[in-house]
Amino acid sequence: MTVNGWLQILFFLALVLLVTKPLGVFLARVFSRERTFMDLVLRPIERLLYRLTRVDENHEMRWTEYAVSMLLFSLVSMLLLYLIQRVQFFLPFNPQKFTAVNPAHLAFNTAASFTTNTNWQAYSGESTMSYFTQMAGLAYHNFASAAVGISLAIAFIRGIARRQTETIGNFWVDLVRSCLWVLLPFCLVGALLLVSQGVVQNFRPYDTAQLVVPQQVQRVGRDGKPVVGSDGKVLMDTVTEQTIAQGPVASQEIIKEWGTNGGGFFNANSAHPFENPTPFSNLLELFSIFAISAGLTYTLGRMTGSQRHGWAVWAAMATLFLAGVTTAYWAEAHGNPLLIGENQRVSALQPGGNMEGKEVRFGIANSALFATVTTDASCGAINGWHDSYTPLGGMVPLVNIMLSEVIFGGVGAGMYGMLIYVVLAVFIAGLMVGRTPEYLGKKIEAYDVKMAMLVALVFPLVILVFTAISSVKGFGTSGITNPGPHGFTQILYAFTSGAGNNGSAFGGLNANTLWYNTTMGFIMLVGRFFMIIPMLGIAGNLARKKYVPPSLGTFPVTTPLFTVLLIGVILILGALTFFPALSLGPILEHLLMGAGKVF
Amino acid sequence: MKKNLLTAVLMTLATTILLGLIYPLVVTAIAQVLFPKQANGELISKDGKIVGSALIGQTFSGAGYFHSRPSAAGSGYDAANSNGSQLGPTNRQLIERVTSDAAALQAENKAAPVPVDLVTTSASGLDPHISPAAAEFQLLRVSRARRITPDQVRQLVRQHTEGRQFGFLGEARVNVLELNLELDEHYPLH
Repeated sequence: MTVNGWLQILFFLALVLLVTKPLGVFLARVFSRERTFMDLVLRPIERLLYRLTRVDENHEMRWTEYAVSMLLFSLVSMLLLYLIQRVQFFLPFNPQKFTAVNPAHLAFNTAASFTTNTNWQAYSGESTMSYFTQMAGLAYHNFASAAVGISLAIAFIRGIARRQTETIGNFWVDLVRSCLWVLLPFCLVGALLLVSQGVVQNFRPYDTAQLVVPQQVQRVGRDGKPVVGSDGKVLMDTVTEQTIAQGPVASQEIIKEWGTNGGGFFNANSAHPFENPTPFSNLLELFSIFAISAGLTYTLGRMTGSQRHGWAVWAAMATLFLAGVTTAYWAEAHGNPLLIGENQRVSALQPGGNMEGKEVRFGIANSALFATVTTDASCGAINGWHDSYTPLGGMVPLVNIMLSEVIFGGVGAGMYGMLIYVVLAVFIAGLMVGRTPEYLGKKIEAYDVKMAMLVALVFPLVILVFTAISSVKGFGTSGITNPGPHGFTQILYAFTSGAGNNGSAFGGLNANTLWYNTTMGFIMLVGRFFMIIPMLGIAGNLARKKYVPPSLGTFPVTTPLFTVLLIGVILILGALTFFPALSLGPILEHLLMGAGKVF
Repeated sequence: MKKNLLTAVLMTLATTILLGLIYPLVVTAIAQVLFPKQANGELISKDGKIVGSALIGQTFSGAGYFHSRPSAAGSGYDAANSNGSQLGPTNRQLIERVTSDAAALQAENKAAPVPVDLVTTSASGLDPHISPAAAEFQLLRVSRARRITPDQVRQLVRQHTEGRQFGFLGEARVNVLELNLELDEHYPLH
């Protein structure tokens, strides 16, 4: 680890801290339908959208209608994405003449993946998806699923803030205002900033470059093995050209991070020089992943009238973030002990450390930071392959997802995920002092805790069951590409990423199979909607309750003590559930690596 | 329910047109006007032919060129198939590949240990850069093959070394394609 590395990490955290208040105030104003400086332009578009879609913007919904509207919207838009993939050959903006996305289970998997804000990718973008599918199908869902997430978080906050009422807002209004006020303006500016750094934005067919030095390469057959000629020698081909994939990347890149989606335009995601060409574009992408979620903590404080509670939650998130990034940075900077003769020392002249699967321009600090941030949030973009990280360095992203991505978290999803933990923390504190737990003036009762526990239990259940099946059955283990404990981690990571709606992967796993496409598609839908419905139930139930003024026996949720308790609940729930699985994967691999074992 | 279903259909269509089509087209139009070079991939032309992109690496072989990092994209630096090796840290294939590549490099320069970025594959498989240490490691070989002094090469390397952005972001790096093109221009191979 170097001083410069830490400087970059702390600079990033300082930016997140700085944006929390202004963005939080802005979000609160947008969703309370107060005036903002963008109204002049956006109000007419908003009104037009309501007229076109038959929405009455003054209609208030009970939590059930809110949930049904959200489900209908997700269902319809998911079907449209499936359809677009299957007929992309007939649609415009397809200069590479890609055929329909095949097989059908891959298209289903991708549709489920993008609708749930997961962006798990069993395909490779530049060889599968037309520009139309990327824009109107995939990037569109980056907006839509993010807007749904923000709307839900706001609905939950309303549930806490409102008193003795049946309603928690209007889903369509929240959705539209998320898209128009929160997502679109920043993306317009951010996309152009990215282009200035070198992120491409065009509709060109792929370009062909004449290589400076033609290359002799082995001819590889369909089975991935070198082809041997009749004389027993491996056949060689001469490569003289380089095909350079292009596309409307910047417009998709920025919403990929700003909406914590994470689905790359290209297979290599934010490691690809056309998605993330410079250290500054890298910083902008990192900042975009955390900004809205950090802002929402301030919005929580503002809308519930307890600003210090918002900061207490922020502090818990920042603490867990720092713990993760320190571990990942330390592990990666240490390098791979199995490589003995090479120079892995980190210095100003070379990145050093574990550089397999990392880019020189990012080095170790920015790669470890990216891996931590992308999994603290439910983003899942990557700028280095987690599969090639050291065992402990790769365990950090895995654990982050296992903690349900509440460390700032996905846009909206991080906030309502965290509020579930807050409910549990308050409940546990109440048990300890022997009083009915209260949260910001609302009594937390049996129904609320049951719903919160439902969320907390379904998540590990689906992950562990599917991981267990895949680890012992041929259709699961056939996807493994790294033998030993690492292979188990590949499977565990996949299902954790799916259920957590993260979308990053131990990318070696060959997951484009019937088994993985269908189970991952299913688990992503469960991980998204099975969380949301109990969560909205709590919101509706809280809104109905009377306000109870705080008394001497109330456990305050604004103090450092609360922050510590909250961190404790997150770690205990997450760590205890998954520790056995972790010890079979990354922990075992770390110990064996230290003993010099290779597989 | 029925009314919300109708709204769901209409909302999907309306927002798809706005966010899925109008938005990217507007960004493209502005980007093509403001940053035409960047928006099209910073392509490099020589004698009227495209020879590569300043952002995308290429494989180089032969003693007279600086070599890029190994690549797992297609058959190597395939810019239509970006990928890393996806090899885990305890995978025998990784350890054997790195060890044998490092031994070959060590044979041509025994003065210093091999910088690790020169024997590890990048994440994209298209990394256009090597570290300054990796350039220095190859410097003598290149100068000998081109029959020029090491300092002449070192000067070019320095010109194509980018420091940390704004003085503190990212890592120092050398663009291999640009450096090799410049070498060919100033000190052509015989």
